[in-house]
Amino acid sequence: MAISSRKTKLVALVVDDNKIMRNHHVKLLMKLQVEAWDAKNGKEAVNFIETGEEFDLILMDKVMPVMDGVEATRLLREMGVTTMIVGLGSLLSEEEKQAFMEAGGDDILEKPLSHPKLVSILREVDNTF
Amino acid sequence: MDVNQLQRGWYKYLTTLFKEGILDDQYKQLQQLQDESTPNFVLEVVSLFFDDSQKIIYELERALSQPLVDYKVIDAYVHQLKGSSSSVGAYKVKEVCVKFRESCENQNKEGCTIAMQNLKHEFSRVKHNLQYLFELEQQILSAGGSIPTIML
Repeated sequence: MAISSRKTKLVALVVDDNKIMRNHHVKLLMKLQVEAWDAKNGKEAVNFIETGEEFDLILMDKVMPVMDGVEATRLLREMGVTTMIVGLGSLLSEEEKQAFMEAGGDDILEKPLSHPKLVSILREVDNTF
Repeated sequence: MDVNQLQRGWYKYLTTLFKEGILDDQYKQLQQLQDESTPNFVLEVVSLFFDDSQKIIYELERALSQPLVDYKVIDAYVHQLKGSSSSVGAYKVKEVCVKFRESCENQNKEGCTIAMQNLKHEFSRVKHNLQYLFELEQQILSAGGSIPTIML
């Protein structure tokens, strides 16, 4: 008999160089019963994937030192990661948004995310959410 | 003063901060994230914001006083501050950061100096306001009351 592979808890990765912003999104996810991991830049996010971690959602800040969100997203897609990647930024220009989408992002939104906004993202990941 | 009176005073003060644009809806979001498991969440996040910003302001002043101003360095600091202020809902600080970055992009020293003054002013204002708000909250708690939930 097939064993259901559906996880009981969604797992998300929050990638942001700003500690306060990162904390906010982690806390928001935890409040929604989502397991939250965090990374300080794109490089750390890529490292997590390389070590075999799997996520249901990645929240990716666009502007970060070491490796920014666009480059990290491109790398993750090249590595075959199909996880939903939502880019986050503030007052982004159309070109910046386009660069992120072309790198393989699924959506790009203004940060910080609100509770209802995050719920709607999580519903796209899992329609039973 | 009884608890009800204290709670009304707290609410009135908080409402003024929203009305004057010192805080925005993100602060309400922050308050809603606070629960039994993390009763001091807002205080912790805001304290982190105070400490972080103070350090950044110090670094910014130092960077701006160099004979040859490195606008890239300044922009990176202001970017950090913009992210932190928007995550706690310190609206006016965030607004100043946006203007600051514009001056930075244009390598406008005078604009940066003005923005720096405004930044220090807005930061000390929101710090003072929030510290007073927390004091009011402490008074409510000491009187045996609880902090009312604010509606989004």
